[in-house]
Amino acid sequence: MSKVHKEPLLHITKRKELPAKQTWAIRIGAIIAALVVSAIVTMLLTGLDPFSVFGTMIYGAVGTERKTLILLKELAILLSVALALTPAFKMKFWNLGGEGQILMGAWATALCMIYMGDTIPSFLLIIICMVAAIICGAIWAMIPAFFKAKWNTNETLFTLMMNYVAIQLVAYFIILWEVPKGSGKVGIINQGTMTGWLPYIGTNSYILVILFVAIITAGMYIYLKYSKHGYEISVVGESQRTASYVGIKVDKVIIRTLLLSGAICGFTGWMMVSGIDHTITTTLAGGRGFLGIMVSWLAQFNVVAMIFASMLIVFLGQGAGEISTIFGLNQSFADILTGIILFFIIGCEFFINYKVHVRKKSGKEEA
Amino acid sequence: MKKKVLSLVLALVMIFAFSVTLTGCGGGGDDAGYKVGFICLHDENSTYDKNFLDAANAACEELGVQAIIKTNIPEGQECYDAAAELVDAGCGIVFANSFGHEDFMIQAAKDFPEVQFCHSTGTKAHTEGLDNYHNAFASIYEGRYLAGVAAGMKLNEMIEAGDITAEEAKMGYVGAYTYAEVVSGYTSFYLGAKSVCETVTMDVTFTGSWYDEALEKEAANKLINDGCVLISQHADSMGAPTACENAGVPNVSYNGSTQEACPNTFIVSSRIDWAPYYKYAISNAQGGEPIDADWTGTLETGSVVLTEVNEAVAAEGTIEKLDEVMEQLKNGEVNVFDVATFTVEGAALSSYMADVDTDADYTPDTEVIVDGAFRESEYRSAPYFDLQIDGIKLLDTKF
Repeated sequence: MSKVHKEPLLHITKRKELPAKQTWAIRIGAIIAALVVSAIVTMLLTGLDPFSVFGTMIYGAVGTERKTLILLKELAILLSVALALTPAFKMKFWNLGGEGQILMGAWATALCMIYMGDTIPSFLLIIICMVAAIICGAIWAMIPAFFKAKWNTNETLFTLMMNYVAIQLVAYFIILWEVPKGSGKVGIINQGTMTGWLPYIGTNSYILVILFVAIITAGMYIYLKYSKHGYEISVVGESQRTASYVGIKVDKVIIRTLLLSGAICGFTGWMMVSGIDHTITTTLAGGRGFLGIMVSWLAQFNVVAMIFASMLIVFLGQGAGEISTIFGLNQSFADILTGIILFFIIGCEFFINYKVHVRKKSGKEEA
Repeated sequence: MKKKVLSLVLALVMIFAFSVTLTGCGGGGDDAGYKVGFICLHDENSTYDKNFLDAANAACEELGVQAIIKTNIPEGQECYDAAAELVDAGCGIVFANSFGHEDFMIQAAKDFPEVQFCHSTGTKAHTEGLDNYHNAFASIYEGRYLAGVAAGMKLNEMIEAGDITAEEAKMGYVGAYTYAEVVSGYTSFYLGAKSVCETVTMDVTFTGSWYDEALEKEAANKLINDGCVLISQHADSMGAPTACENAGVPNVSYNGSTQEACPNTFIVSSRIDWAPYYKYAISNAQGGEPIDADWTGTLETGSVVLTEVNEAVAAEGTIEKLDEVMEQLKNGEVNVFDVATFTVEGAALSSYMADVDTDADYTPDTEVIVDGAFRESEYRSAPYFDLQIDGIKLLDTKF
């Protein structure tokens, strides 16, 4: 640490590991503060009883069996994306292209379902769709990875731009597939025959999707924690030089990791089209490619923590929708509440990792 | 890392615990009365959705039933989920308002045969053969035609005042997609204007989105810069009316009055009033009566309406003229798509097969020119007029 020459009013230093008691105190404080601020904002802006607003939020998320299942489905999809992005981010490769990679998986699935729908049995089509989606997602992630590995291009921009290419590509195919002409909507694919659809358990495939994501979660946990690959990812993430020095082929690790990242994104796209939506739109990914980044970082790349981080975000989202239905409030109000809660939860991590020093009276004046 | 997990668990537990005692107050609502569900693509910030929401609230209030409204429901599985949740909440009838909701509503109709599902703007109910799935639309082309008459009179006034020459009477139109509903709308608007101002022409540009305020504003500005002296639009934001107000160019609006925001340029707006349909469908569902598979609202049913004319901007005598033309439309004296009033590639139309029964190959299947007029909204409530008539120039297309 360098010597302090002139002391500003506030300055920030990294903390050493805090005792558990103190970190808990900060976290509990943050949550209480978040709820208190949300309650005050609710009362001031709407005049409603904040307790019934919170209650409605919970009802909206888990109030009925169906709502709970929808919550778990949404959780599964978001978690799947977060898991997909995690190896890349752990390697400090800024994969902002989740959105496009999901979309390419979805696109490949829709393509196979539309053109092969009548020709082959459903179970075979499901597998073909899945393989195609994984390949397309992986390719979409591999392109920027290859350029990064070979010529050290900026992956942040590259992956971001690939999203727009994917969106335009999908937009083009929607025009090819739209029914009726000019409507800009593909509609449900194979609605009559259900070919290429994941089998139903009950009246939908949500449980199957949740099961798939549970498997990915377990797999990713083992991969990152116990495999050689997982270790290599951590080392590359810490320092590429160190990695090279100990004999890790950094280029290879980057490309391999992004192939995996893109493949899981593509798989997610497949689950969404074949298992949930049975249609394709340019907004199918719905921002999950970015929300997944938040989940991954919020959980600091810990797979188990990611389950709860996704749960938190999906819970707030589903609950928020119910508020606008029950109280006739605009959706934006629910977004405000979500924003406040997330702000405090993310913000408290800052105070756990850093200490803020206020200048003492004797400090030199420096306007 | 363990701590991290624990902290997130705690966060959730806290939120649950904090409100476990309160859950009772939220949700369900009182169980009294008949419940009606509504699914909307956006919320009241979209003029399109506001028009539905106002009608939904008005109809439910009048019938004394409880409305449960879900807004911001995308055109995907979320629509099915929303419909299913509304059924769970006890709704006897569920309405959805956006075209892309249709297939998901059909899916819900199949899964919940005891509940009625109604979908505005859809095309499939008359061929789907489900007892509990219904489409509805209105002969909004008649409203557009009337709005066009008001526009034509404004142009005449501008010509008479010497602001523009007769040849400069060019209108601009901001459309969403090059889709039958939009084509039918701008064509009837143009024909309305042409019925009073013979020299009128029109440029049409598309945004490729039903709701994009920035794009719609930009499109309107482009038209104004290209010499359009009056603007109308078929897209759902305030983009075009705002651009007109800023540029001081008269605007004929859609979906509802924009007079409050645009007092110096708003002339009149046509819109569909969904309340008559909602009242009809809800009371039939409540009484166990069947609902038409495909229902078309008209001027008579009160489904096609004009807002109040803004006399500060509209030409003199507009109100009287509109009343007169409305009567003529009602008694059949005037037909909007009378083949004598327009040409396609220089020739009058004598036969046209439209794609009325939706299929993936867009097969034309129904002759729609009967007794000297294109019979819009007769074989299916959703518009199917998709011809490009002379006098209207498409600057671009967006499918």
